[in-house]
Amino acid sequence: MAGTGKAHLRPAGEALLRVEDLVVEFRIGRTGLKVNAVSGISFDVLPGETLGIVGESGCGKSTTGRAVMQLPRATSGSVVFDGRELTTLDKEEMREVRTKVQMIFQDPISSLNPRRKVRDIVMEPLLIWKRGSKQEQGEAVDKVLEEVGIDPQRAAESLPHQFSGGQCQRISIARSLVLEPQLIICDEPVSALDVSVQAQVINLLEDLKKAHGLTLIFIAHDLAVVKNISDRVAVMYLGKICEIGPSEGLYGRPAHPYTKVLLDSIPIPDPDVETRKVAVEGEPPSPVNPPSGCRFNPRCPNASDRCRTEEPIMREIDPGHFVACHHPLFGGEAPVTVRSA
Amino acid sequence: MSVVANNAGDEAAVARKKLGFGFWLCVGWLGLMLFVAVFTPLLPLKSPTANFLDSSQGRPPYAPSWKHWFGTDKDARDVFSRTLHGARISLTVGFSAITAGFLIGGTVGVISGYFRGWIDRVSSFVFVVLLSFPSLVLAILLTSLIERSLLTVSLVLGLLSIAPVGRLARAATLQYSDREFVLAARQIGAKDRHIIIKEILPNVAIPMSSLALLGMAVAVVAEGGLSFLGLSVEKGITWGGLIQLGSDASKTLEKAPWISFFPILMLFLTVLSLNFAGDRLRTFFDVKEMTL
Amino acid sequence: MNSSTPDRNEFEPLIETVNLKTHFRTPRGVARAVDGVSIQIRRGQSIGVVGESGSGKTVLSRSIMGLLPRNGVIREGSVRYGGEEIGNRTPKQMRSIWGREMAMIFQDPMTSLNPVMKVGRQVTESLRLHLGMSSSEAMAVAEKIFRDVRIPEPTRRLNQYPHELSGGMRQRVMIAIALACGPNMLFADEPTTALDVTVQAQILDLLAEQIRDRNMSMLLVTHNLGVVAGYTDEIAVMYGGKVVERAPTKTLFQNVKMPYTEALLQSIPRLNQPSHSRLAMIPGRPPDLVDPPAGCRFASRCAYVRELCRHEEPPLVQAETPDHTFACHFPVGSPEYHERRVELTRASGTTAGVS
Repeated sequence: MAGTGKAHLRPAGEALLRVEDLVVEFRIGRTGLKVNAVSGISFDVLPGETLGIVGESGCGKSTTGRAVMQLPRATSGSVVFDGRELTTLDKEEMREVRTKVQMIFQDPISSLNPRRKVRDIVMEPLLIWKRGSKQEQGEAVDKVLEEVGIDPQRAAESLPHQFSGGQCQRISIARSLVLEPQLIICDEPVSALDVSVQAQVINLLEDLKKAHGLTLIFIAHDLAVVKNISDRVAVMYLGKICEIGPSEGLYGRPAHPYTKVLLDSIPIPDPDVETRKVAVEGEPPSPVNPPSGCRFNPRCPNASDRCRTEEPIMREIDPGHFVACHHPLFGGEAPVTVRSA
Repeated sequence: MSVVANNAGDEAAVARKKLGFGFWLCVGWLGLMLFVAVFTPLLPLKSPTANFLDSSQGRPPYAPSWKHWFGTDKDARDVFSRTLHGARISLTVGFSAITAGFLIGGTVGVISGYFRGWIDRVSSFVFVVLLSFPSLVLAILLTSLIERSLLTVSLVLGLLSIAPVGRLARAATLQYSDREFVLAARQIGAKDRHIIIKEILPNVAIPMSSLALLGMAVAVVAEGGLSFLGLSVEKGITWGGLIQLGSDASKTLEKAPWISFFPILMLFLTVLSLNFAGDRLRTFFDVKEMTL
Repeated sequence: MNSSTPDRNEFEPLIETVNLKTHFRTPRGVARAVDGVSIQIRRGQSIGVVGESGSGKTVLSRSIMGLLPRNGVIREGSVRYGGEEIGNRTPKQMRSIWGREMAMIFQDPMTSLNPVMKVGRQVTESLRLHLGMSSSEAMAVAEKIFRDVRIPEPTRRLNQYPHELSGGMRQRVMIAIALACGPNMLFADEPTTALDVTVQAQILDLLAEQIRDRNMSMLLVTHNLGVVAGYTDEIAVMYGGKVVERAPTKTLFQNVKMPYTEALLQSIPRLNQPSHSRLAMIPGRPPDLVDPPAGCRFASRCAYVRELCRHEEPPLVQAETPDHTFACHFPVGSPEYHERRVELTRASGTTAGVS
């Protein structure tokens, strides 16, 4: 199958979240065409772990995050959270699971209702689930607001647009925390923010993770940000996972040519670092009509005929470090497999 | 955490936008009209139907004078009193038409914009069909077939406003239901009804309320048009009827322009106020989502 | 204006602003978006303007180019292009400069291209307008420029609409439009922010190459210090509408003077840092441009702030390194800076947040 395989999954009992063979497809209008947003990926997250997912736009990283939340439901595949299969739950059961899995979105301003007071926004989850008395709810909200660095007094009086982008993101975080979830999926939570503010939010997430024993999935296109916050990183390209491994190992010694390309493309804030020549030509092809074989083959400097026909399978090349590539940068050629049709 | 990034108050002073003098002038006028419409029977007015024949002035119509501020019509009826009485039906029709339009069109529009799917396809089709009728022709057609009471005329005009109102409500809902705060509400476990009422409606209501004022202006004008054609409320005085009366026979308009001039003026000022106030309200409530 | 390119002197700046101010009237009062910026750009030089959102970097580039609306804008100071004052020109007078002498590339190529016009026509339009070319001549030139900016199959692309192109291709078209009439000065306003990282590298390399080949000057506006580091000769750091530090790129990265620049550099997560390393951050938020604080505008967020900073605005002064100016009372390296730094390190126990 497609840049896939499940060699990298850890024993089912250990993981808080285990996603297997996740496929998400969207139909484009009535054209009969479909976007292969996510094409059979598998990954897992251990309790207390931060999994980073990186990739360029259109690689399916955000769709993956939403599919875990069943917003919308995946086309096929399995999502097991805390021992429960989410894909078969009905609406009401899923509603309940959502209190344990929360999501933070990219645009801090768009994710807050512009016409509601900030404190009410954070209070909302408690009202919906009728958690505690009025007073307990108020206390919980003020506590979490203070924790993210927002003055509760001001939150009670102000609308979202009276706060800066960074503050709005803190408010979103507060809202996701108030139900005391186990897993938070952060979808590009800092990409819309200035660098200085970005650092505030990342540090805040790290603090909260420690304080609340959270498990995080951190989706972003900025490799440096992902490295900073993640224990383990998955690199996605056109709906597939190319490489997954502990962040130090993956960044220190990338095995997939695509990971290398990504790392080489980042402009380094240091003029003494030689500006390299362009690492890769072209742009990711459309996920409507993905290339056969390895999906990266049209842009890959090492592509061979095998890459154009045979989909590479995930295999371990270092402890905990897995790659789906026939000709990885280290770890040797992939063994030739006899493929069953 | 180490540093709390919150210098409270430093940017809280977002200056209140002002509605402006013009807006309040319009509101004042509309308030006056509303007052007149509600309390016409109690006001010390001359009877709108009595004939004030005055042999010393010869044959009516009489020009405006101290006795008849707006003059009289051909039957020597007091135009001032009739114009004020006309406000009653014109405004009631305008108001109830737009209320009906909002109740039906607004609800359908919000629901189809939120759920999409087949509901949306059906309602969009109906809206398109409704919009494809030339609305005044449809109104004329319907009113000429039925008994024209206050209720039926309002309903006919209300029917015409369903499609435009519904389309706007749908568009606004579509725009907001794609926003991440709706997704965020869903993922904290909010139900659809809750999301529509608490997340979508407050946002959709603002552009809709200014549309309500503009729509009412249209309805008032449409009612005027209908009664000009003699197709509005049968037994009553309306502005359109008055205007029609002042301009039916040849030379009436030329010889006694006041008969239709004052109702036209009232109609014009009221519609202008509705439009202007609606427009100001829209800009006023336009929440800035980004500050400079 | 005279159409000959003003190149009397190699060393005379191509663009020079003196105490340029651009203020906007807003409902809350006058916002000082650009508040007294003096800057020179020599021929062939690439200068990066860095800052957070609201620092005035975009407004600066637009005011130099005269692209701001007339209404609600208060302008002061001078903008000289090749020695000629252009700050007081009307848009009509500027039209002969736009495209021919100066061109701009915007952040989002989708919104800056006309969606209903074939991209070929969007390129040839300015050629015909400014250089009086015939339609076929212009098409030939456009094809050559498309080749220069490495658009594959240029002939076919010329006949496509913007929505048929990918993001990177669109930005290449934007660059082609900007280069078409051979301007001397290119303004690039966050040209790669909307693009993916692999495409970003391609576009930046392309820009650098074109600037070099055509001996153009460039003003590159960006919030990404990585981008300016590799692609500019000089950097101006803006904060609260003012330039707070300016230096040759290498000098700036090696010998930062202004604590704001230092903090900005430290807040970027880097690939060579281990995971979970604590990021230095700048507390608070940029100053209110309507009611900027007295004294140094960075004072309320600065870790090295002293009483003086809150009252007296620091002037731009020369650093010991050449061509390096900064505006700070207690710059990085000063005794007061060291003293405070020792205190901070002691207080936090670790070096987090300071080093």
